[in-house]
Amino acid sequence: MVEINKELVRYVASLARLEFDENELDDFTNKFKRILEYVEQLKELNVDDVSPTYHVNINKNTMREDIVQPSLDLSEVLKNAPDKKDSFFRVPRAVE
Amino acid sequence: MNLLNLSITQLKILIEKKDIKPQELVELYIKQAKKYQGKTNAFISFDEENIIGQVKELERKLEKGFSGKLAGIPVAIKDNICTKGIRTTCASKILHNFIPPYDATVVEKLKAEGAIIFGKTNMDEFAMGSSNETSFFGPVRNPWDLERIPGGSSGGSAVTISAKQAPAALGSDTGGSIRQPAALCGVVGLKPTYGRVSRYGLIAFGSSLDQIGPFSRNIEDCALLLECISGYDVKDSTSINVDVPPYHKNLSKDIKGLKIGIPKEYFIEGVEEDIVKNIEHAISIFKDLGTEIKEISLPHSSYGIAVYYLIATAEASSNLARYDGVKYGYRAENINDLKNLYIKTKKEGFGEEVKRRIMLGTFSLASGYYDAYYKRASKVRTLIKNDFLKAFEEVDAILCPTSPTTAFKLGEKTSDPIQMYLSDIFTINVNLAGIPAISIPCGFDKKGLPIGMQIIGNYLEEQKILNLSYAFEQNVGGFKYSPFEEDKKWSSKQS
Repeated sequence: MVEINKELVRYVASLARLEFDENELDDFTNKFKRILEYVEQLKELNVDDVSPTYHVNINKNTMREDIVQPSLDLSEVLKNAPDKKDSFFRVPRAVE
Repeated sequence: MNLLNLSITQLKILIEKKDIKPQELVELYIKQAKKYQGKTNAFISFDEENIIGQVKELERKLEKGFSGKLAGIPVAIKDNICTKGIRTTCASKILHNFIPPYDATVVEKLKAEGAIIFGKTNMDEFAMGSSNETSFFGPVRNPWDLERIPGGSSGGSAVTISAKQAPAALGSDTGGSIRQPAALCGVVGLKPTYGRVSRYGLIAFGSSLDQIGPFSRNIEDCALLLECISGYDVKDSTSINVDVPPYHKNLSKDIKGLKIGIPKEYFIEGVEEDIVKNIEHAISIFKDLGTEIKEISLPHSSYGIAVYYLIATAEASSNLARYDGVKYGYRAENINDLKNLYIKTKKEGFGEEVKRRIMLGTFSLASGYYDAYYKRASKVRTLIKNDFLKAFEEVDAILCPTSPTTAFKLGEKTSDPIQMYLSDIFTINVNLAGIPAISIPCGFDKKGLPIGMQIIGNYLEEQKILNLSYAFEQNVGGFKYSPFEEDKKWSSKQS
């Protein structure tokens, strides 16, 4: 089994754009480890010849006519924005 | 006559005959909802003015000849279902101020039938939990014992039914989030076939597993609600384009000759004795009703929890990436670079359980771990689905407990995530397979807490599980869904 330690937790957190304080990290790592130990049981099964199920939908290739329809009103959509300017969402500078 | 004790199918008739006015009914429920809110915490948002506005508009429409299957009926809505102009939080700090600019399809459908959108119900944050303790807005309490949890994640919706704070409610079910709280609160809850009900406007958790479904006091109401919310929707490409049967009209007690499978794997150690006893009693009732009972095997059942916690979290980690403080919701303050804005917003906006699941899902999908975790889980999902398909070659429906325990105490399982996850052991596989299932009350344990029984059907066979439930309900003389005021229809046979 993969070794679950604080380094791995920090790495996964960075992928998910999450962050944990040092004092939360021990407890989180322990609980994370406990869950990953639990899911180890899946290794008991031989699934070499089993194809994966990614969804259980009976639909195949749902298509629709390409018809222009009104979208949501811009001012309505921007109402929820934490910060905005004109018709844009505003964020801190991303490029120097 | 106390209107609070009537089912929505009874209320509907009184409204149609003009014996009662919708406003009278709605005002009565507003009073009741507020009376118990301090005890149960079932609602996150409850906008009285908006509700009165809706009912006044409906009365104007009724005068002009409008008719709808749910005209004047208040329906409480889980707070992960978008309601135009009404705050929708997902019980999370990260969406605490989000006001959707559109209605979910189910909400549109309810409104089209004349229903009153009656408050937004409390839930586990992002529907991640089995006890309703992870809500940013505080836990929900079980009306049968306020020291106990109502189940989750649709705890608030289940509670509105059993505390009579609303006569009907909608919830969502990703791994048992309708059925488990229905069982723990003593009410009826149904998870439809994946695709039966549009997910448009349901804030996504696990997209291949989520379904919206009804909570009610009895089977008739459940059938009527399901009929009103089902159907194909161009806005949800996974919704199924198959006609919606008139579930309510088609309800029938005639279940003679149907075969019911009892999975031997579901009577495992750890299932409370009183639950086993009550389920066995229910089985004997079904025998008396002329069904054939057959032992079946679902050999991969025990792997369901492990599969679910890799697949649902993988989907969640992708779905929840959008909460970054840019377009809506909470944004961390005083941050001057974009990457840090994302990180601090998520860190401050999400609760512990949500973070844990995002982490687990990210891990399960990460390069180097994908094959061993996400992909392997998806293969075992095939085995679980095939177990059901094979079983349904022999039987019409499967019967088992909904949950291995009755309602537990607040805080009892919060320190160990695995103990909490095991609460869904009997419900989770149904979502992995995408089939429908209902939880109905089948008695009480020694502590007086409700016990739920689950009836699982094959794809799109909602009518069959409704009919089985209906025959059972009629045989036992109705369900005692609320601890408040004795319901005379209750039969002592069940206790």
